[in-house]
Amino acid sequence: MSPVIAIVFKDIVIEMRSKESVSSMLMFGVLVLTIFSFAFEPSSIERSLIAPGTLWVAFSFAAILGLNRSLAMEIDNDCLQGLLLAPVDRGNLYIGKVASNFTFMMIAEVIVLPIFVIFNNLKFNLQFLEIAGIAVLGTFAIAAIGSILSTISANTRMKEVMLPVLQIPLTVPVVISSVEATSMVLSGDTKGISSWLYLLAGFSIVYLTVSYLVFEFVVEE
Amino acid sequence: MRSKILGVLVLVLMIANLYMIFVFAPNEATMGVIQRIFYFHLPFGVSSYLSAYLLGFASIMYLIKHDLKWDRLGASAGEMGILFTSMSIMSGALWAKPVWGIWWTWDARLTLQFLLGLIFLSYLMLRAYLPEREKKAALGAVFGILAMVDVPFNYLSIRWWRTQHPQPVILGGGLDWDMWKVMMVSFCAFAALYAYLLDRRMAIARVEEEVEYLEHAILAHD
Repeated sequence: MSPVIAIVFKDIVIEMRSKESVSSMLMFGVLVLTIFSFAFEPSSIERSLIAPGTLWVAFSFAAILGLNRSLAMEIDNDCLQGLLLAPVDRGNLYIGKVASNFTFMMIAEVIVLPIFVIFNNLKFNLQFLEIAGIAVLGTFAIAAIGSILSTISANTRMKEVMLPVLQIPLTVPVVISSVEATSMVLSGDTKGISSWLYLLAGFSIVYLTVSYLVFEFVVEE
Repeated sequence: MRSKILGVLVLVLMIANLYMIFVFAPNEATMGVIQRIFYFHLPFGVSSYLSAYLLGFASIMYLIKHDLKWDRLGASAGEMGILFTSMSIMSGALWAKPVWGIWWTWDARLTLQFLLGLIFLSYLMLRAYLPEREKKAALGAVFGILAMVDVPFNYLSIRWWRTQHPQPVILGGGLDWDMWKVMMVSFCAFAALYAYLLDRRMAIARVEEEVEYLEHAILAHD
């Protein structure tokens, strides 16, 4: 079994037993959607303007929650030390963490997205699938940068507080691109959507590569 | 010695610069006197981008060489970044109020500048919350690289998102020749100021490290 798959398998087994990460992300995502519907009182005209923003606030903040949880799990009982003792390339540890974080975020989003559609009276049609596709791209970008930033923040004195401080400024391009692409889909005018999708894909590829290369400096003692 | 020479150079250039900006420069046709802020604003903006790439460069060099000298450069560039992003935003706001009628708008360049400031701030916060010297340097360098990679993505996404800032006049050839001269002197003056501040900040960082080392040595001795 390759090391990446082993790490993902380990994380999935732990998650199946504890259900901490997915349940907290899911709960948080639904809560954000609820709060926003109180805050904006959306009429049908404003909905297509506000809805993409609420969706991506829910996704990106829930992702931070999940990333914090995933690293806290490794820090408890020095599990990270155990992982580092394994004769595995450091970059593969990073790829493994990205894969498992991405998986958990996607599981939470698979439930949050239909709730979003119902709350906003949208339809389960092709539009829904297109938004789901954007969600996959955007979430992967967030997982790619979030996995390395959460490992950095785990070294600091205020672990949970530090991650959003590091992550939110760096994920601005992801949030802008995803929100713009989502609102294009909702408004039905998808001209020029490809440049946003390319930006999301490019962001993921660049951060995946850079983080793969520098991850060993984050975990070295 | 080097810093003294730089200091005198900054003084001379800055006096010349102030003369050029407030006396020599012609009044702009529509904006009048307010346009003179531009001679400060542009060097501030350029300095803030310079800081971002200096931070990225220093971070890469630190990860390759593992020499704390590069970490001091990165940390100093980060602080210079905060200084110059704030200065450019403030000078821009002073200009925008009479010309646009508002202090702030979520235009591409303004947003970008603000975000750059936030990234510098989070870099410095990260360093402040890392206790060990080596960890501070290594993780700071990694974040520095991630932040530098982020700048072009921010630029692209925010630029596509919206744009209201006046288009750059320097390369478009829309700048009067006398204004060009003032701009050149201003760039030289602020480049010298930047070099001087960076040099002093790195010297202070070196002294700080020595003090910390001595403190540890004394505590260990007791």
